[in-house]
Amino acid sequence: MIELRNVSKSFDSGSTNVVNEVSFSVEKGELLGLIGESGCGKTTTLKLINRLEEPTAGEILVADENVLQQNPEELRRNIGYVFQGIGLFPHRSIEENVAAVPELLGWSKEKVIRRCNETLDMVGLPREEYGTRSPTELSGGQQQRVGVARALAAEPEVMLMDEPFGALDPITRAEIQDEFKKIQSDLDLTVIMVTHDMTEALLMADRIAVMKAGEVLQLGTPHELLNYPANEFVSAIVEMPKRRAELLDRLIDQEPRSD
Amino acid sequence: MNDNLREQLLLLPSYFQGHLLLTLSALLLGTLVSVPLGIWAAQSKTIRTPLLTTVSIIQTIPSLAILALTVALLGGRIGFLPAFIALTLYCMLPVIRNTLTGLETVSEDVVEAACGIGMTDGQALMKVKLPLALPVIIAGIRTATVWTVGLATLSTLVGATSFGNYIFTGIQTRNLVAVTVGSIAAAILAVMLDGLIGGIQWLVENRVQKSVSGKQKAVKWAVSLGVIVLFSVSVASLLPRPQADFVVGGKPFTEQYIIAGLLAAELEKQGFRVDQRLGLGSDVIYEATQNGSVDVYLEYTGTVWANQMRETENPGRVAVRDAVTDYIDQQSSMVAVGPSGFQNLYALAMRRDRAAELGITSIEDLVPVANTLICGADLEFFGRLEWLSLRDTYTIDFAEKLTFDATLMYSAVNERQVDLITAYTTDGRVAAYDLLILEDPRGALLPYDGLFVASPEAANNEIFMSVVTRLVNSIPDQLMREANRIVDVEGRPVSEAVEYLRARLENRT
Repeated sequence: MIELRNVSKSFDSGSTNVVNEVSFSVEKGELLGLIGESGCGKTTTLKLINRLEEPTAGEILVADENVLQQNPEELRRNIGYVFQGIGLFPHRSIEENVAAVPELLGWSKEKVIRRCNETLDMVGLPREEYGTRSPTELSGGQQQRVGVARALAAEPEVMLMDEPFGALDPITRAEIQDEFKKIQSDLDLTVIMVTHDMTEALLMADRIAVMKAGEVLQLGTPHELLNYPANEFVSAIVEMPKRRAELLDRLIDQEPRSD
Repeated sequence: MNDNLREQLLLLPSYFQGHLLLTLSALLLGTLVSVPLGIWAAQSKTIRTPLLTTVSIIQTIPSLAILALTVALLGGRIGFLPAFIALTLYCMLPVIRNTLTGLETVSEDVVEAACGIGMTDGQALMKVKLPLALPVIIAGIRTATVWTVGLATLSTLVGATSFGNYIFTGIQTRNLVAVTVGSIAAAILAVMLDGLIGGIQWLVENRVQKSVSGKQKAVKWAVSLGVIVLFSVSVASLLPRPQADFVVGGKPFTEQYIIAGLLAAELEKQGFRVDQRLGLGSDVIYEATQNGSVDVYLEYTGTVWANQMRETENPGRVAVRDAVTDYIDQQSSMVAVGPSGFQNLYALAMRRDRAAELGITSIEDLVPVANTLICGADLEFFGRLEWLSLRDTYTIDFAEKLTFDATLMYSAVNERQVDLITAYTTDGRVAAYDLLILEDPRGALLPYDGLFVASPEAANNEIFMSVVTRLVNSIPDQLMREANRIVDVEGRPVSEAVEYLRARLENRT
């Protein structure tokens, strides 16, 4: 569904590559986690896919079509986009925010309303109750649910997410992660999700690409990463969630149940 | 109700319409030009600094100078157009600056989202950035509105109707009621427009709310009402009004207001519709009459002699009058209809008892005693050609030369604080204090004969010419002084002085 072939991106006309010769492909219905420290090139890689940035070299295919051959605005309308800043339009109601892309695509009014109903239901914010509210009246978690609904509204097959849940409190984050994972598999969405939270990546992604200094160090399933890290960097970043999980296991075993 | 106040309030509708129309059209054009300029500046760093610098410079030019320059650039055209252009230029800065600020402060997340969901640059601007910048842009328009309402009062000086007519006429004719009515009216208009736009701003800021609050309803109501009233008044003032047949002009002082009133009344008696453009500067009114924006006004021979002909000699009253008449008839496109009969020049004046004490009747008699006397003058006299001419022709100088505001100058001579003053010959206070005007046998002081001047178009109208011709040589110094006294000393409205003159002219014929 998505394929990157030797993609590089430089912001200083070639002296240094922020993204360096990256190649990977994502199958339909797969959720790929893109993980690494800040500045490793993961967000830039994501933005190259919907042409918020243009590659310096290499090819990017979405649904077997080179993105550079497509009109960038039309490309973006067909790819859902969710990011940490959420970026709901504060001058529009929830419903109008969700309807933004369908309206850009010129859908009929009834179809737009029907779709708003569907997507707002999917994220657990029924339109009757929340549709006319202002984004400022919602909590952070609710706002990002609207962000997800907006990205889903035009029925995209591909969705790009840039640390979508990074700004939320842990409980809300866990809830929304579960909800999204369910939506993703229900709709058979192809997703690339940038994150710096290894636990999130391990729990949500089908496969994970670990990036450092613009290059993909290892790409594999959570199981592969946890058990066969390719190098010290990868084993270091999977170490922490692993240790925590073991700690939690031990706590659960040792603590006598109180009831 | 006080007669003066009633007379002022009768003028309110036309001044209000003039002021409102001028303010609204300048704001409308200013906004239509400035918002796109602000958007352009927000997109392009290269245009940003030069544009902001230019509008800031315009803002620092004194508003009066902008008005004067606009008149000059339009080839001396006066009235609505130059005032409209000047006010438009003046209201641009806050709108441009706020448009720019408004666009630049839109959250980057929102811009990224607009881009990320596939809006084109144009869609992001129209659907997201501009709507979000709107409250800030409206705040800029609001600032511009308050400025413009205030500045519009100055447009009276270039012949546009506004509340400034109250203020300038009031200042010149010492009519405090007029000044007060004009100032309060301008202030009320400013507060109302400010409130209206403030209401719109509030509604825009609070446009997405789940529950429509009571306050929101009330503001919506008030704003709609205000917009409807404003709209109907503007439309009403745009309805074609019967065009004036003639426009009478006047310079900014009492005598000119009275003569303009007299000309207007006499022309109206013949069934003409007459507009008055008062308080115009000397050069402005001269050019305006040449191009037909003004049809008739009272000029002074000395003014044309010095300002337009650039002569410095003084060949005497008759010679100057003949030369100026010829000059106007031949060198300008105007027609000199004839002298008014009075002259309003600088002259030395004394209390009669003090003059008798010293045995003085003319400036000649002053020569031996001048260096023991104290002379009071208005603020500019000792800097003018008249003083140099007086000093050199008679080789006199005074023991002390004091300068005063004109009003204080007259009371100073009356209270014997000074021995003599530089009076204006037709000033009502010369009559009020019964001062003696000293003769000027050597003709040191430039003559200022009143001279009716008409636009070429008006001069072709026979009835018009017969009306103005009937006034030629009809008003002697004493009569004009008396009319001026009614306004300046007794503090009665100009219309009473006009009626006084008309009654006397009626008796004469």
